[in-house]
Amino acid sequence: MAKNALPIPSALRPGRGGVRKERPGPLEYTRRWPLRLIVAATLLFLYLPLITMMVFSFNTSRRNVVWQGFTTDWYVKAANNASLMEAFVNSLTIAFFCTIISVVLGALAAVMLWRFRFPGKTAVEGSMALPIVVPEICLGVAMLVFFARVMPWPMGLPWPLNLGAITIAHVSFAFPFVATVVRARLASFNRELEEAAKDLGASEWRTFWDVLVPHMQPGLIAGALLAFTLSLDDFVITFFTAGPDTITFPVKVYSMLRFSVTPEVNAASTVLILVTVVLTAVGLHIQNRNADNRKA
Amino acid sequence: MSEAVVSNAPAPKPTPHVKDNAIIRFEGVTKRFDRVMAVDNVTLDIREGEFFALLGPSGCGKTTLLRMLAGFETPTEGRILIDGKDVADLPPNKRPVNMVFQSYAVFPHMKVADNVGYGLKMDRVPGEEIKTRVAEALELVKLGGYGDRMPDQLSGGQRQRVALARALVKRPRVLLLDEPLSALDAKLRDQMRSELTSLQEKVGITFIMVTHDQDEALAIATRCAVMNRGVLAQVATPADLYEFPNSRFVADFVGSVNLFEGVLERDEQNEAQVRCPEISSPVYLDHGVTGARGSTVWVALRPEKIEMHKRKNGETAPKMEDAPAGANVAAGIVRDIVYLGSETNYEIELESGRRIKTFRSNLTRYDQEDFTWDEPVWLAWHACSPAVLLS
Repeated sequence: MAKNALPIPSALRPGRGGVRKERPGPLEYTRRWPLRLIVAATLLFLYLPLITMMVFSFNTSRRNVVWQGFTTDWYVKAANNASLMEAFVNSLTIAFFCTIISVVLGALAAVMLWRFRFPGKTAVEGSMALPIVVPEICLGVAMLVFFARVMPWPMGLPWPLNLGAITIAHVSFAFPFVATVVRARLASFNRELEEAAKDLGASEWRTFWDVLVPHMQPGLIAGALLAFTLSLDDFVITFFTAGPDTITFPVKVYSMLRFSVTPEVNAASTVLILVTVVLTAVGLHIQNRNADNRKA
Repeated sequence: MSEAVVSNAPAPKPTPHVKDNAIIRFEGVTKRFDRVMAVDNVTLDIREGEFFALLGPSGCGKTTLLRMLAGFETPTEGRILIDGKDVADLPPNKRPVNMVFQSYAVFPHMKVADNVGYGLKMDRVPGEEIKTRVAEALELVKLGGYGDRMPDQLSGGQRQRVALARALVKRPRVLLLDEPLSALDAKLRDQMRSELTSLQEKVGITFIMVTHDQDEALAIATRCAVMNRGVLAQVATPADLYEFPNSRFVADFVGSVNLFEGVLERDEQNEAQVRCPEISSPVYLDHGVTGARGSTVWVALRPEKIEMHKRKNGETAPKMEDAPAGANVAAGIVRDIVYLGSETNYEIELESGRRIKTFRSNLTRYDQEDFTWDEPVWLAWHACSPAVLLS
């Protein structure tokens, strides 16, 4: 050994068997067994209830307690339950329109807050976050009062116009989420790209579409997914805004539960989860594909 | 060295493509941001075909000047003329200038060919013509066959070429380059330097470059403007900037220099003499200085223009043949040596205690052994070497 050699830290010194083995770091949860246990427990708590619900949607018994045998009858029954299907279609319709409106509004709000300085900007920014932090029950009551007194939504409109009130309510709490996500994305935008486009002869409008929107796209997709799922599973606010002919899926399930918990509800919920998972997967896939294309 | 006569008028760089007409004219241009004066009353002509450099430390206003030319900023006062026309009301997308941005600003979601063709598409050039012109432009910057790549598949240098092609394909009257070489590593920077020069000569377009790197400006530009705190300090060819600076700021910013404060003792038509407290002998010059006798002036002496000789005890000072005895020589002691391969830098302590820099080329492989630490030396310089500065 050289005279001046530095002492080798014990962690790096060869082990007894001559094979160097690194000790796991303090937070390496895949290699430390107490952490592995915690991870396993967490996953169990998160997913076991969902899995249980899905499993019991195939149970022959009417009760969600004892497993008696496999059947798909509940799915057929749920599909034939006209009011459940109506609620299901209503929910999807509301979520669809809510997503489109929220993405447009949220993106515009994000661009405004990112691009411009104007008096009262901080106030606007704060009030944008309000629907995110205000308790849902308060929003629900507020919507109820608003649509009862200030702007009554006309009754008896043909579908899907009768869903207007609920859609507006959903947009009001979903678009701030879109704005937040898109704003975060805009923070990484290189202003020189915009200047380059203008320098090459593009108008403000062309610059917006050719340079800014492509950059925002991952944020728009993530925001759209958020808006869609938020709208789809919202119960509290919808409960206050829904009329007798505008039942959504969560509200319908709740009313069915008041009589008894049948596997029919399980079956319908399983389908809903499936729809959400598939949509999220598609969204993430699009986002990843874009991320690969634009690491520049 | 005895016959070395340095001409006061360096031969001009052969630049036949430079024309006499001013393609760009700044007239009393001032730009204020709130209370900060970014550009202060700049008047400047840039001739057609020049490779012009705006040089200065960060925050000196050079980038603001360029951005006003591109149309991203509007002057608070003054006019900017391109081809004799005031461009105050023209937005960036209507100006006959194009820019290569510091970050290159290549559109990450478009193929290379679409990037280069973007400006032509905006101008509604027919698709077939776009295709051929894009191919030509890519060929020009040596990226032929890269049209189908995405920007993230390119290196930094290649992305810069895309940005160059994208600006040149529009055949602008003037090409603006914002710190074009700052993001490249040293080897690539040298290569791009010469490529930029030859590219400019080939296309014959006026190039205006912003840089804080004086080496870059001296190496590339046909003419430079040095800026300081929003004001034009000096506009000159690279050689004139270096050899004939007009102020302490320019002398110090461009290259390395020893500055001495002194008093103008004598000022004739063909000679002058300055007495500097920090140098024991008077500084003799073979040219007149337009300054009042007795006024404070500054002597700027470039380190490579100082000769170094051995000094033994009791030996008298060497005489410079173009100066009176006792002038332009100083005794000193070597205090520090930095060997740089091609040359060696010495730090010499004068009798006054002032330390100055001298550079010495290593003409043979043994030159670097000539002087050692704490060795007494004589320093000497020619009467034409120092620059006398009035401000």
